[in-house]
Amino acid sequence: MTTSETATKYRPTLGWLISDTTAVAKRHILKITRVPESLFFALIQPVMFVLLFAFVFGGAINLGGGGASAYREYLIPGIFAQTVMFAVASITVGITEDANRGIMDRFRSLPMRPGAVLGGHTLASLFQNILVLIILSITGLLVGWRIRGSVADALLGYLLLATFAYAMTWIGAWIGLHMPSPEVAGTAGLAWIFPLTFASNVFTPIATMPSWLQPIALWNPVSCLALACRKLFGNPVPFLGDSFPEQHAVPLAYGYALLFLAIFAPLAVRAFKTRNVGGLKA
Amino acid sequence: MTLAIEVSGLQKSFGEVQALRGIDFTVEQGTIVGLLGPNGSGKTTTVRILATLLKADAGIAKVAGIDVSSSPDQVRTMIGLTGQYAAVDEYLTGRENLQLFGQLFHLSKKQAAQRADELLTRFDLADAADRGIKGYSGGMRRRLDLAASLIGRPSVLFLDEPTTGLDPRSRLGMWEVIESLVAQGTTVLLTTQYLEEADQLASRSVVLDHGSVIAQGTSDELKSQVGGDRVEVVLEIPNQLAQAKAALSSIASGEININEDQHKVIIPTSGGSRSVVEAVRLLDEVQISIADIALRRPTLDDVFLSLTGRSAEDEKSEVKPKQRSRRGARA
Repeated sequence: MTTSETATKYRPTLGWLISDTTAVAKRHILKITRVPESLFFALIQPVMFVLLFAFVFGGAINLGGGGASAYREYLIPGIFAQTVMFAVASITVGITEDANRGIMDRFRSLPMRPGAVLGGHTLASLFQNILVLIILSITGLLVGWRIRGSVADALLGYLLLATFAYAMTWIGAWIGLHMPSPEVAGTAGLAWIFPLTFASNVFTPIATMPSWLQPIALWNPVSCLALACRKLFGNPVPFLGDSFPEQHAVPLAYGYALLFLAIFAPLAVRAFKTRNVGGLKA
Repeated sequence: MTLAIEVSGLQKSFGEVQALRGIDFTVEQGTIVGLLGPNGSGKTTTVRILATLLKADAGIAKVAGIDVSSSPDQVRTMIGLTGQYAAVDEYLTGRENLQLFGQLFHLSKKQAAQRADELLTRFDLADAADRGIKGYSGGMRRRLDLAASLIGRPSVLFLDEPTTGLDPRSRLGMWEVIESLVAQGTTVLLTTQYLEEADQLASRSVVLDHGSVIAQGTSDELKSQVGGDRVEVVLEIPNQLAQAKAALSSIASGEININEDQHKVIIPTSGGSRSVVEAVRLLDEVQISIADIALRRPTLDDVFLSLTGRSAEDEKSEVKPKQRSRRGARA
């Protein structure tokens, strides 16, 4: 057999990138339908947080007036932001599993565009996160959350959440490629998200935090994202100060998302190209 | 003859560990070459470099005349890889897996579907085509994995321990498939720890140890390095070993060895099966009774033992433990 008899020549076109990405995304979306449990548990956590904070902790949190119904309106955009952060975890384990099972080696030995494997995986993960955001919005409406701003602002809000979620899946992919096993990946994907979402305005106003923590919480991307959503959805923004992150939450949140994408997408693709089995020596 | 694989001066280190210390070998088009060696000898590293998964530190590796480090994308259009793990998606069906890889090989949807059907039938997976891989047996997974590596009709196929962990029947099935591929002109580089597998399949073998090539040649060439045939006699009464050794000296072509534990006398010989008859007669004359007698040709295991000073079976992993047992059914 000679080279001319092989099925394909390498033609690195944009068309290939798109068709490769779609094929990989389809694989992961099929997987979601085969293991609906994973989607179920991705849904249950944010819904639980909504119920827990709306009805258990909410009463104890001081918004400076407005009562329980105002707190619920404050809470839901916060949970959106938290959920988007957890998008990291939706992909990390899957990436490490692929890497350890050898299927990633197969992808890497195929004449496909290197970005397509992660591109497809992150796209499927975005799809799952959008489903979660939809269910979460419905839950929010049920507990009394409303969109009180303009339609255009609301769309901008959802676009922000989707962009942020997509950026987070790339961070998750990058983490997953550096983890030795799916078990470690599961913890590593989540461990740093918890302090990040709690040292933010997701559940409580920053004004009630100790003064040393306030600047950190103000600039925390999660806070910016939650505040941007509250502004775009026309929900309460208590104790709004005139610091830069408070005044420019929307552009800053978009900026964070695009910055994370710009940093972690290339890093993840590079890690994908050089990844060895199990992240260790062969 | 054209060369399908050329490797020269290949080096690779992982931190402190020198996995490859400058290896050289070639594979002619349309042949199977076995890459033998214990865990950590550098087999897998070599295959990973050739399959564009790993960059070498130094040296040249070419597949079908194309340099893997400067044109990995070109190389990828011509190779297939079957590794130690079944590299398929657990949650998809066999057919979906093959179609996915077909599409990633840039076959059209229709071509990918056709090729998937073709391969499913050929690998005896047609009945299980629409079942999830989770329910597949080990042998079926390996067959699907091999099928996936053939999607793009590769001219060079890398099989990294393709039968590790398979039961004997599945292994025989794999061997048949591999032989038929080579009959159709595919070049195969096969790594294995089962020396009988290399003996059975490979026209030539390259033996690696500690990242260096310590021997290469046809099975016969390798075996002749260890010596020729020998007669092995197991005695019924152990304390007659010395007596038996003396009695058999006339048929020996070299030094006779005694294995006390197994009550065995090992006589190198050049007389073929006549030596066995002669040995029986000689021992009968001195009234030594025989529990077992056989003419043995050296196996690649013997080659391995004499080249590395240890058997391929009891080697220790030098680099790292694999995620899964690589010994499998053999143990």
